[in-house]
Amino acid sequence: MSAHDTTALGTHQPGTKKLFMWVWFWLLILTGVEVLLAYMRLDPHPMLILLVGLSLIKSALIVAYFMHLRFEKIGLFLIIVPSLVFCLVMILIFVFPDSLRIVRLHP
Amino acid sequence: MAELDVDAVAGQAWGGGVAPFATNTKKLGMWLFLLSDSLTFSTAILAYAYVRLSSANWPRPFEISPAILNATFLTFILLSSSLTMVMAVAAAHRNEVKKAVIYILLTAVGGIAFVGLHMMEWFRLFAEGVTPWSNKWGDPLFGGTFFGLTGLHMLHVSIGVIYLCIIALGFGRRKFNADHVEVSGLYWHFVDLVWMFIFPMVYLMSVNLKG
Repeated sequence: MSAHDTTALGTHQPGTKKLFMWVWFWLLILTGVEVLLAYMRLDPHPMLILLVGLSLIKSALIVAYFMHLRFEKIGLFLIIVPSLVFCLVMILIFVFPDSLRIVRLHP
Repeated sequence: MAELDVDAVAGQAWGGGVAPFATNTKKLGMWLFLLSDSLTFSTAILAYAYVRLSSANWPRPFEISPAILNATFLTFILLSSSLTMVMAVAAAHRNEVKKAVIYILLTAVGGIAFVGLHMMEWFRLFAEGVTPWSNKWGDPLFGGTFFGLTGLHMLHVSIGVIYLCIIALGFGRRKFNADHVEVSGLYWHFVDLVWMFIFPMVYLMSVNLKG
């Protein structure tokens, strides 16, 4: 097989230029919203929730469209996303109680 | 014991005869690497949050100009480089070699611009007395976590630029195929994705509202 032959697997290329431009546009808009939020003098906790929420939306857009996971077989999604979520939840289970203890210890 | 019928097994999913994820091994390998790397960054960001929470005098030093404007521009550069990378992958799958190589190189240029601008910001902070081991504005761990987290990301961007240049060269010479371009694209988008968390956590949560 020459290098430029299309291989049997993983060569499908869904998504159009217009779709990618829209995703890029919305990512920029969400970034703009984040910057505006930073100057709205909100309390740190709601600010953190909003910023992390917007970052999760942005990362979902990148993974789904730029990394094509939305167009892959469901099996690939199922070995990647749930295992990542599981590991993160396990980390947070151990970190959160101690973090909250630290907050209570603040003067 | 009966002998294994290799031909029969090869055609079955659990015998390796078909690909259960309908993808090639390179792409699956990259996804698994990115999964592990995302945990590296997740723990680094959590460690940053933990240290910040435990500090009584964590500074909020970033004013709109130059720090936030610069970081916002860095975000724009990375998002735009992701767009050019996705265009490169699409062109590579259409076998438009020249177009794909140009898009890959544009992505690499975006990466170089990102590293250059970020380094300038690092040097500006050094000049203001913030280093990985000291911080004149308050908690010295601010410098350690800031440079540690952004440095780890910048290392990934730098490796990505080298990776993209190798892919552009190999694809241009027809030694690599479209799958190689797609796999390098996965890495690049991941680098972009990580910045989507570093930007708000490190910069926007530390905006100086007094200014």
